[in-house]
Amino acid sequence: MNVSDGASEVTKSLSPLSSKYAREIEAILAKYPPEQRRSAVMPLLYLAQKERMYVDRETMQEIGEILGMSTTDVASIVGFYSLYYDEPGGKYHIQICTDLPCALRGAEDFLVELCERLGILPGETTKDGLITIEEVMCLAACDNAPMFQVQSSQGLEYYENQTVENALKLIEELRTMATRGPGHYESIRSDSDE
Amino acid sequence: MNDVGREPPAGHILLRHREIPEIDNLEVYRQNGGFEALRKAVTLMGPDEVTEEVKTSGLRGRGGAGFPTGLKWTFIDYDRYPHYVVANADESEPGTYKDREIMEGNPFQFLEGVAICAYAIRAETAYIYLRGEFWQIAESLDRQIEALERSGFLGDNLFGTDYSLRISTHLGAGAYICGEETALLESMEGKLGQPRLRPPFPPSFGLYGKPTVVNNVETLTNVPMIIKHGGDWYRNIGTEKSTGPKIFSLSGNVERPGNYELPLGTTFRELIYEHGGGIPNGRLIKAIMAAGASSSLIVANDEALDTKMDYESVPNVGAQLGSASVIVIDDTVSIPWLINKTIHFFKHESCGKCTPCREGNYWMVHLTERIAQGQASMNDVELLYDVASQIKGKCLCALGEFSIEAVLSGIERFRTDFEQVVAD
Repeated sequence: MNVSDGASEVTKSLSPLSSKYAREIEAILAKYPPEQRRSAVMPLLYLAQKERMYVDRETMQEIGEILGMSTTDVASIVGFYSLYYDEPGGKYHIQICTDLPCALRGAEDFLVELCERLGILPGETTKDGLITIEEVMCLAACDNAPMFQVQSSQGLEYYENQTVENALKLIEELRTMATRGPGHYESIRSDSDE
Repeated sequence: MNDVGREPPAGHILLRHREIPEIDNLEVYRQNGGFEALRKAVTLMGPDEVTEEVKTSGLRGRGGAGFPTGLKWTFIDYDRYPHYVVANADESEPGTYKDREIMEGNPFQFLEGVAICAYAIRAETAYIYLRGEFWQIAESLDRQIEALERSGFLGDNLFGTDYSLRISTHLGAGAYICGEETALLESMEGKLGQPRLRPPFPPSFGLYGKPTVVNNVETLTNVPMIIKHGGDWYRNIGTEKSTGPKIFSLSGNVERPGNYELPLGTTFRELIYEHGGGIPNGRLIKAIMAAGASSSLIVANDEALDTKMDYESVPNVGAQLGSASVIVIDDTVSIPWLINKTIHFFKHESCGKCTPCREGNYWMVHLTERIAQGQASMNDVELLYDVASQIKGKCLCALGEFSIEAVLSGIERFRTDFEQVVAD
């Protein structure tokens, strides 16, 4: 992993977690007994990902210092759990469930066709660096397949009863939003079902 | 105190949002009897009386194991404090999506259940461990918890007593294994989500080593109704040993997939054909998985379809009820393809702690892939069976044990499917 890229230097100097999110960190730590600070590692990693959808080595070290953990221990948490990233990907991760119940309702074909239309393979990011398509495990929406979630620095949103056309429309909106700033993309959620 | 002998209500007991719009609004929930059960418990009943009522109800854990809930609560070690309640909202079994609907639609009944459980085991702190993908649900639960604190249903000195309770949410980050209760506790402690060696069990050694009850979301959502109407009333629903309603998550090759709240003991036929509308496109039903990807494959003959879905009856057709995530498989589905899907899942989700599960699932993915693609011989099928058999009974938790259910039952019960795909 390349940790000495220019971007991480910027983050280190401009937004160490503890100065930018002092109030949020305090609220997170207050949830757990004072002697159990380590419990806050997962929420702090989500906080860190708010910046750029991945956590660099410096931030892991900072989280470790806040919680009294080694950087290696923090990195092991990042490695174990699939919603944390230690290297940059697309701004938006479209995570399509292809587990058995979804596959029985066409999710595999949906994944293949969507990737073909975008000219990428599952796991890859579009050339503009915005969209990463991932094949993921069950997302607890088996009755509304094909479905996916969009993970970005702002959190996660579900999109159910999807068609490829629908998904492409959403991707266009995400691209517009990325170039013009935040907007509203709720309208696409599950609307092929209505 | 008990509504003994009263007919079970016509509507839903758990999925009440389907009849009562906006029951996710605290005022609406209160107007429909919300928090009367918590008030009754905290002001009129001792903690042990609450546990006793839950024992009387016969309620069993809805996360899959079916362990008697009230009995679990009595296992709490009362010599050591603090105690914790952890609600398991890590719902990740392929085919299971019931807790998500409860928390989105009827969240206050779930939260009231968490609070009553905490009172019963004398815990003043409760956590809700949600899978990371339920990020939006966690945000709304946080708002709902704040609303409860403002209204005096959570916080210090509830209903003027000396009982205080705080509830917090905690988000996981994409790991199926954290649905296993000891892995969940490890994860809450900021560690890798890997199961602990048991015993000791969580009621004696749980979160931070303290006595802890871990209960599933659906289990806890039953509790306010039991306290409100009484355990004997609850026993009127379901069968003698499997009491109460259950949310069946129906998925796969079925006309109307969805969550169906029905009494335990409803037959597969009623769920799949009456409620689910049967198999689409004029196809025939071939197999049923009753407990999501962790299931044995049930041959869907008349005997199976007429089997009651309760904890005692499903084993008669060589499977378990588990979390009641019923995946319907039609006659166009090849079983080798299907077990490759389930093994792919378990290989991805194995936490790596136990060698038989970690290595076994790795090799089973390779084998099932070759078999499903028609690049294997019957010897490979026998090897697959052998590998799966060797995983049995050698893992710390149920993930390893359950990963082989579909493999073994698939080869045993659908052998011709394998004979058809293996190379000549």
